[in-house]
Amino acid sequence: MSALIRLEHLTRDFDVSKPWLNRVIERLPKATLRAVADVSLEVEENSVYALVGESGSGKSTIGRIIAGLVPASDGVVEIDGVDIVSGDAARIAEVRRELQMIFQDPYASLNPRWKVRDIIAEPVAVRGGDVSGLAERLLEQVGLSAADAGKFPHEFSGGQRQRICIARALASNPKIIICDEPTSALDVSVQSQVLNLMSDLREEMGLTYLFISHDLTVVQHMADRIGVLYLGALVEEAPRDRLFAAPKHPYTQMLFDAAPRMDAFGREVDPPKGEIPDAINPPPGCPYHPRCPLATERCRSEVPQPRMIGETRVRCHHAE
Amino acid sequence: MSDPVLSVRDLVVEIPTRRGVLRPVDGVSYDIAAGEILGVVGESGAGKSMTGNAVIGLLDRPARITSGEILLTGQPIHRLQGEALRRLRGRRMGMIFQDPLTSLNPLLTVGDQLTETILEHLDVSPAEARERAVAALDEVGIPAARQRIGSYPHEFSGGMRQRVVIALALCAEPELVIADEPTTALDVSVQAQIVALLKRLCRERGVAVMLVTHDMGVIAEAADRVAVMYAGRLAELGPVRDVVTAARHPYTAGLMASTPDASRGQRRLRQIPGAMPRLDALPVGCAFHPRCDRAEPRCRQTPGPTLSACDGRAACWFPLGQPKEVLA
Repeated sequence: MSALIRLEHLTRDFDVSKPWLNRVIERLPKATLRAVADVSLEVEENSVYALVGESGSGKSTIGRIIAGLVPASDGVVEIDGVDIVSGDAARIAEVRRELQMIFQDPYASLNPRWKVRDIIAEPVAVRGGDVSGLAERLLEQVGLSAADAGKFPHEFSGGQRQRICIARALASNPKIIICDEPTSALDVSVQSQVLNLMSDLREEMGLTYLFISHDLTVVQHMADRIGVLYLGALVEEAPRDRLFAAPKHPYTQMLFDAAPRMDAFGREVDPPKGEIPDAINPPPGCPYHPRCPLATERCRSEVPQPRMIGETRVRCHHAE
Repeated sequence: MSDPVLSVRDLVVEIPTRRGVLRPVDGVSYDIAAGEILGVVGESGAGKSMTGNAVIGLLDRPARITSGEILLTGQPIHRLQGEALRRLRGRRMGMIFQDPLTSLNPLLTVGDQLTETILEHLDVSPAEARERAVAALDEVGIPAARQRIGSYPHEFSGGMRQRVVIALALCAEPELVIADEPTTALDVSVQAQIVALLKRLCRERGVAVMLVTHDMGVIAEAADRVAVMYAGRLAELGPVRDVVTAARHPYTAGLMASTPDASRGQRRLRQIPGAMPRLDALPVGCAFHPRCDRAEPRCRQTPGPTLSACDGRAACWFPLGQPKEVLA
């Protein structure tokens, strides 16, 4: 199997310093926020790779770097064998065509002044392709009717809008779709419709998904392989069943314990301690050590490097 | 058994519009006892927040209560207005909203906001109010409460801010708390902390809690009983275990089945076709029948039964788990 997306030691820093004059007057140092810290992963063709993590864990930033919306600070990003950080511009433009994105908010990601036909056909029209009948065909493929092409986005419900977003993503015949929380804004019964549609399309068209979500139940349903992010670092990565059967990293274990469950009536959980630390001044050593029950002196000083335990790649000194 | 803290009877909320009168809440009845958490679930537009707002008297015009009654420990409150309502709110009923940042005043320290509320509702000296404010922050699990009392809302994280909001809702020792999506804006680990906190406070203080959320997992863990709403009506009401494991209303059953759950091991999720109807285009008959796979001619012609007309559990002509002939 070949990797369609390959990240190697990907890092992204954001400059969050105060303005220049304030820094001089208040004698403040430059401040940077490391949103993605040394992330390496591979996404295989026709698979679903899910990135999970809480807010501020860097999952959306990784998606945006792969989509080319945000440049990487350091590291390698390869899509279909083409390095999109330092590769040849013509080849990058070509490989970009194979990649589309679906966003969280279907209300904000459709232009309210455009007809659905123009929204869906835009990715093809902008490259001078043939768009006759394209929108109608795609609308039927995502479970809407061809007559909807002449309507405006406000005439549709949230779930239908997300279907329009999916149709637009499919227009340029991509290989990879980056889905950034595609169902978080939808109700449960509509969410299941959209997830089923995404599964069907993947089989019909051989798509590869990078699925970004905070919802463990959705991830467990959709993903083949899962990467867990904490403060920008990939703390654990494993095939789906492996990860849910035997989470290795204490953070993953905490996440699983904290997630509400349908069968846990009146469950008395000992809620997890603490919160995600400030990403501008992350703790030294392992970023999870202030909340970790296993933390020792070593965790406070030495950043753990990824190591393999069976099929699981984990960044922890103590996991076993 | 003593009187329930909150008793809602056949509540109807209407919004007059140019195209006719909409009913976002249509004949809803339920009770909440002291120390009990009633979960209210439903999809967006089902009327769950509107019910909560009606109880606490926060309906925005032109929405108004047109019939039914709301009793707080047996005393009708649905006709109260102005000063009388204001005194009730905060003192006897507390409210927790979804977004903690917008429910706190960014220009006042959390200590000032807490003492203001306490002085308004309780007959105590300013010094004692301050002590109570510290105790309230301490109780909701804010570390170093005495130092943090001088902090502004922006100096707290999202989870800590929601704790401050809970402290605010509880500082005048109300009998009823309405929590409208209190954990929706929070991360999983923080959500678990807030749910545990709500459960503890409810049990220790005997507060009646109405927990409005769309997350079935949160309901299953926190609520004692659950009310499922659909298109402004109660579809099902019952003990949480019964409703989750053996739903009677086809909508509840569909809702449960469409929540992803790996233990069922299915490759495809069950889906309810279509979407909830808009309030200005409700179908004739039972509001759920266009999406229901059990619909019979009767469901298409006659509006769904009210809860009390059935067994008090599911507002359906042909509830699940019962042979169809019996009711038909």
